[in-house]
Amino acid sequence: MAEYSVLSLVRNALGGHRRWIRAWRDPEPKKRYDVLIVGGGGHGLATAYYLARNHGITDVAVLEKGWIGGGNVGRNTTIVRSNYLLDGNNHFYEHSLKLWEGLSRELNYNVMFSQRGVLNLAHSDGQMDAYARRGNAMRLNGVDSELLDRNGVRRLYPYLDYSANARFPIYGGLLQPRGGTARHDAVAWGFARGADRLGVDIIQNCEVTGFERSGDRITGVQTTRGTIGCGRVGMAVAGNTSRVAQMAGLELPIESHVLQAFVTEPLKPLIDGVITFGAGHFYISQSDKGGLVLGGDIDFYNSYAQRGNLPTVEHVMANGCAMMPNLRRLRILRSWGGIMDMSMDGSPIISKTPIDNLYLNAGWCYGGFKATPGSGWVFAHTIAEDRPHRFNEPLSLGRFTTGHLLDEGGKGPTPKLH
Amino acid sequence: MTGSDQSHRLPTGGAIDRRRPLAFRFDGREYRGYAGDTLASALLANGVRVVGRSFKYHRPRGVLTAGPEEPNALVELRGGARIEPNTRATMVELFHGLEATSQNRWPSLRFDALEVNDLLSRFLVAGFYYKTFMGFPGWHFWEQRIRAAAGMGRGTTEPDPDGYETMNAHCDVLVVGGGPAGLAAALAAGRTGARVMLLEETDGLGGRLRSDRETLNGTPAMRWAEAAAFELVDLPEVTVLTRTTGFGIYDGNVVGAVERVADHLPVPPAHMVRQRLWHIRPRRVIVAAGAIERPLVFGGNDRPGVMQAGAVRTYLNRYAVAPGRQAVVVANNDDGYRTALDLAAAGIHVAQVVDTRSAGRGEWWRRAVDAGLDVVDRAAVTNAYGRMGLVGCDVTRLDGNGGTAGNGRFVPCDLIASSGGWTPSIHLHSHAGGKAEWDDAIAAFVPGPGRAGVTTIGAAAGRFALSDCLADGFRVGAEAARDCGFGSGTAPDAPVADEASVAPLQAIWSVPGTPGRKVKRFVDHQDDVTVEDIELAHREGFVSVEHLKRYTTLGMGTDQGKTSNTAGHALMAGLRGRPIPAVGTTTFRPPYTPVAMGAFAGRAAGRHLAPIRRTALHDWHAANGVVFVEAGPWLRPQYYLRPGETNSREAMDRAITEEVVATRTRVGISDVSSLGKIDVQGPDAAEFLNRVYCNGFARLPVGKARYGLMLREDGLVDDDGTTSRLADTHFLMTTTTVHAAEVLADLEWYLQVVWPELDVRVSSVTEQWAGMALAGPRARDVLAAALDPGTADVSNEALPFLGVTTTATVRGVPVRIFRISFSGELGYEVNAPADWGIDVWEALMHAGEPHGIRPYGLEAMGIMRIEKGHVAGAELDGRTTPDDLGLGRMASTAKWYVGRGMLGKPAYTDPDRPKLVGLVPVDGRTRIRAGAILVADPDAPTPIPKLGHVTSSAYLSPTVGHPISLALLARGRERIGEEVWAVFPTRSQRIRARVTEPCFVDPEGEKLHG
Amino acid sequence: MIRIPCPYCGPRDHDEFSYAGDATKVRPADPAAATPEDWHRYVYLRDNPRGAHLEYWHHVQGCRAYVKVLRDTATHEVLAAGLPSDDLPFEDLEAGR
Repeated sequence: MAEYSVLSLVRNALGGHRRWIRAWRDPEPKKRYDVLIVGGGGHGLATAYYLARNHGITDVAVLEKGWIGGGNVGRNTTIVRSNYLLDGNNHFYEHSLKLWEGLSRELNYNVMFSQRGVLNLAHSDGQMDAYARRGNAMRLNGVDSELLDRNGVRRLYPYLDYSANARFPIYGGLLQPRGGTARHDAVAWGFARGADRLGVDIIQNCEVTGFERSGDRITGVQTTRGTIGCGRVGMAVAGNTSRVAQMAGLELPIESHVLQAFVTEPLKPLIDGVITFGAGHFYISQSDKGGLVLGGDIDFYNSYAQRGNLPTVEHVMANGCAMMPNLRRLRILRSWGGIMDMSMDGSPIISKTPIDNLYLNAGWCYGGFKATPGSGWVFAHTIAEDRPHRFNEPLSLGRFTTGHLLDEGGKGPTPKLH
Repeated sequence: MTGSDQSHRLPTGGAIDRRRPLAFRFDGREYRGYAGDTLASALLANGVRVVGRSFKYHRPRGVLTAGPEEPNALVELRGGARIEPNTRATMVELFHGLEATSQNRWPSLRFDALEVNDLLSRFLVAGFYYKTFMGFPGWHFWEQRIRAAAGMGRGTTEPDPDGYETMNAHCDVLVVGGGPAGLAAALAAGRTGARVMLLEETDGLGGRLRSDRETLNGTPAMRWAEAAAFELVDLPEVTVLTRTTGFGIYDGNVVGAVERVADHLPVPPAHMVRQRLWHIRPRRVIVAAGAIERPLVFGGNDRPGVMQAGAVRTYLNRYAVAPGRQAVVVANNDDGYRTALDLAAAGIHVAQVVDTRSAGRGEWWRRAVDAGLDVVDRAAVTNAYGRMGLVGCDVTRLDGNGGTAGNGRFVPCDLIASSGGWTPSIHLHSHAGGKAEWDDAIAAFVPGPGRAGVTTIGAAAGRFALSDCLADGFRVGAEAARDCGFGSGTAPDAPVADEASVAPLQAIWSVPGTPGRKVKRFVDHQDDVTVEDIELAHREGFVSVEHLKRYTTLGMGTDQGKTSNTAGHALMAGLRGRPIPAVGTTTFRPPYTPVAMGAFAGRAAGRHLAPIRRTALHDWHAANGVVFVEAGPWLRPQYYLRPGETNSREAMDRAITEEVVATRTRVGISDVSSLGKIDVQGPDAAEFLNRVYCNGFARLPVGKARYGLMLREDGLVDDDGTTSRLADTHFLMTTTTVHAAEVLADLEWYLQVVWPELDVRVSSVTEQWAGMALAGPRARDVLAAALDPGTADVSNEALPFLGVTTTATVRGVPVRIFRISFSGELGYEVNAPADWGIDVWEALMHAGEPHGIRPYGLEAMGIMRIEKGHVAGAELDGRTTPDDLGLGRMASTAKWYVGRGMLGKPAYTDPDRPKLVGLVPVDGRTRIRAGAILVADPDAPTPIPKLGHVTSSAYLSPTVGHPISLALLARGRERIGEEVWAVFPTRSQRIRARVTEPCFVDPEGEKLHG
Repeated sequence: MIRIPCPYCGPRDHDEFSYAGDATKVRPADPAAATPEDWHRYVYLRDNPRGAHLEYWHHVQGCRAYVKVLRDTATHEVLAAGLPSDDLPFEDLEAGR
């Protein structure tokens, strides 16, 4: 029973659900593949899917050291948006957002993409000006955005703190109505199932331990399940990028930091869309299950530990409760940490590398989840065509040398600030 | 009403205070309980069986447990702004007037429309939503309905009226858990004189001893616990915190704990916080968090009336409540017999004791048989019946191979006490990075190797016997104290527990259903995860514990799988044919139980979210009609109203215009105290500044100021400001308000790390000096009049532009005078010691009166700097080079400075880069707002190519008589005189704009130098 | 809470400090002799190890010293700390990586 639909669900229900098959196969790795994708997260799986779907390259294996989707694709706050200021980012993320809009049907897997709107609050005239610029730039790119004044924000979310007691009063906000949230795990599983159905091998519990080189080419990938030969290698190992790159002899403009995220106990519908606080880093939405999903700043030190510390927790909660004073009685149920590969300008890298047949997908900072389909699409193109897609040309590794930086925040080469 | 309507209250016993009856309401109906009850025990005492509805199938549910692991009995506690959804009735101390409401049901708990989900459950299996809702009418349609059905309790949109706070503590030994093991550890450590803290989640010490009838040396063990509690209170270095949950261990073994200060009261009294968050920094942590009982997984195991065996004993012994009148007990370990004996002792009819084991006939079995109980082993409860309350169950023999033997026998009952064994609470051990190891003897994970300084003991370490708990506690407590330098490490003698020997547990992870019956066997009660869901996950390849969790939502409820994870993982291991430890367990992360967001936020709420910085002149502004604006952490004057005037748009516009006009034509004064001021001293100070600024500072003469531009290492502009040389080895640097702290940190970086050979010291003096900018054609007259005669010559000759004098006094107050200007007028910045700032300000105001002086705020300052084309925050946005800002000539070619190594990058020297220009509306009146984008053709198809953007704008320049703006425009300097479109699509605006020089007023600087 | 042993102040919570990043990066001593590649390596490239990491923490809410810390990025355990000019014990743990 491969195709998912109401009908197949009903038919299976009547049969006691005994005829469902594996969502993806569990094959033994072959000796060689045309393309090896290192990393079975959202981006790696999406890349494999689009290699097969868009480029007809199906002799592909995705190598995952643990279980697919165990990294950041399952450790984020599920926000999807394309409200970026700089063209290099905006075009790319908008491409991704458009793919999101058709993704459930494309994959025959409900990723629950829900366009509930993403609102960024502004708390000063300067911030309003910056949001105006961003919203205007988006509109010129054909991307939806609305600039709201204080009353406009209040109409959408009457329970934010508009009182005289607010430390940072709300001046207005920038709304992207097409932004929203998705079910994060479903994205990984949907791409895995889709890629699998197109012939891609998904190899779990297969950790990459080294690369076999011949001159400027990689000829094989050493793994805990043996060496696998390859034509090309794509790396999409967020949270481990520097380590894996080092095996290939690359040093990257990346630092890894831990970002904590939180969910409250489940509640009846309380928050409709995604709201971000502008006077400190805080973002919140409500999952379909009812939990409020929220997060804020990274912990501000290099980490691979997937867990953070109390000061950041307290800072995040203080910001959240300042924005929505009704949150104070609600309880945090669960917290987790993801490892963010913070790039030196805060924007991602989807690029060729100094090694001929090694391609890099990395540096997603806080923002990898929303990019998943778009990243897979252009990374597949880059690998298949050996040249970037027009949407990832600005995301090249070379920009740090040439100075064509994509620094949305203007924070400079201090990764923790992006 | 009297206690007599507590139909299920036992006539005697319990640790409740029968002299203090308390009235409370549940779902609008009034009940009575006693002081010492929890909401759960009080409801059970009144015979209330259904207290909630499950998450997905909306099945009626009763109280399952007596502790923090409760998955079913969740209520909305209190109401209005104080409503607390998803509150575990088992953890709520009863208080007079308590109001609770059942949740996740509509219209009522008894008749819940969404119980239809239970009938449709065959369609609503794990992950069904991934397979459908993709077609017409789309996910949005379905999502609205799913969201309304999902969730549990209702939150509020009203602000929480209660307060929270944070407490910091240090101690030698921290003991988490006030049961027998924790008490013993705290005693052993406390007696040595070590600083000990003991955290207990409930309202009192004793742990399981409060619930069980165990004895020590022939006396009730609870007596020992009471004595221990008394002793601890008397030890001066021991702190006992009850109602306090140690919810997480963080790095450095810092423990986070939440104290429920006032949750047991109707409302917090005035000035009392509701909860207090503790940061505890212990040198040794002892985790004595106990263990959590697992439900057996059998058909209908979620029926109201099925309860954990240990919880049954708690309700009987601690609360004197009969959770039922006719009981069946089923277990895979000796706790079944223990529970049956307690039930019998309380006078409750035990219809059947069922032991799933084949080899359970030990001492406890013997006791049960001797007590005349009807015991059957190698059998199980295979289905339970009773939608709104248990009416009976099938007891069926097991065949020893996972199936049943023979037909089930129906046994009427209204209570099933079930025990599937106990799972040690290894959460804190795991938070600290400790490993979990599988222990077959108890069929549970126990703490493996862990972080130094954290030791888990007693039941939390899988050692359930009271004697083991006490021995662990005394030994580890003494050792921990010794490690901190207290005592010899010798454990005190433990009292002797009178314990029967225990026959080994035999794990049974799911019980087959009654032959011929379709059964629902719940692994995770709250989220309705059944054995069949786990089988489906396995079939579809979601076999790792993480995939299992995420696909089925096993362990994702408010109880975080405390009662369900072990069985769920074991079932998956069985399906995969792998040993349980090979399949593993999910990682524990804080918090152990849910913690209110307000507790984390503490006092950082409302106005107190961030400190407010006020300048030394704040009080003067406040008394003189100011309207303040938040500028980062600072409150700064935005503009000044006339006496008695109310604020309005018109008043603001007029005030700002008047302030500009006054300054441009007469004289104005403004508070610039928030600008960063950094004192730079040392023999190498000039060399140092020469390295951090891109322009030259090595040869700045004493008594002179210079505008300086700082780059980041990546070559882009970081900050600007004027820096003055007060003496050969003494400079005063100023920075922008926003970057002040960061610039100081950078200077310290270069001095301490990069150039330690430079003999320079830097120190922030921002708050030591009040800064006032005096500007306008008559500024000199005002200044001269204000100065104490003969203290300084401020004539143009003696103090020309960029001159500095430090000799002057005003009303006897020494001041520093810098002839610099941001407005472009003849200007002086006067710095006065902060404590005398207002005196000097008032002296300047007084001296300015004859000249019509006006104080001006940030708005007027902003307009005047735009008129002059000075860059500020919107231009210094971290993406601009000096040349972009028209400051390229400042960057020296004669020396090395921070950032120079990067300036040659191709993108930085691209002639197409946007450059700073001025913009005026061609129509002469439409404001071109900041944030507008500059384009050649606004009607081009999207994406429309962008030429730049408007950085700053003045809706009206009073000086030039029309709106003006600054912008960054591609090839801007070549386009001066041309026209472009400034578009603002989010306001549906497009404006024709003429490109000008960025300086609109006095481009030659005659006023400045005059 | 990472507890950082400040050489001047003793063990302090990490939130008294501001993290200042990789301490193995050495700014080109002679800027005039440094190539664009040298600057690129200094400003942009990071080893970013999993394990022992030599890094600076600025004690902004304390003595304002930059403290050199050797810390395990996988466990957050602090292995050694000192002043920027100190050679820390185990520093070769990172160097030898």
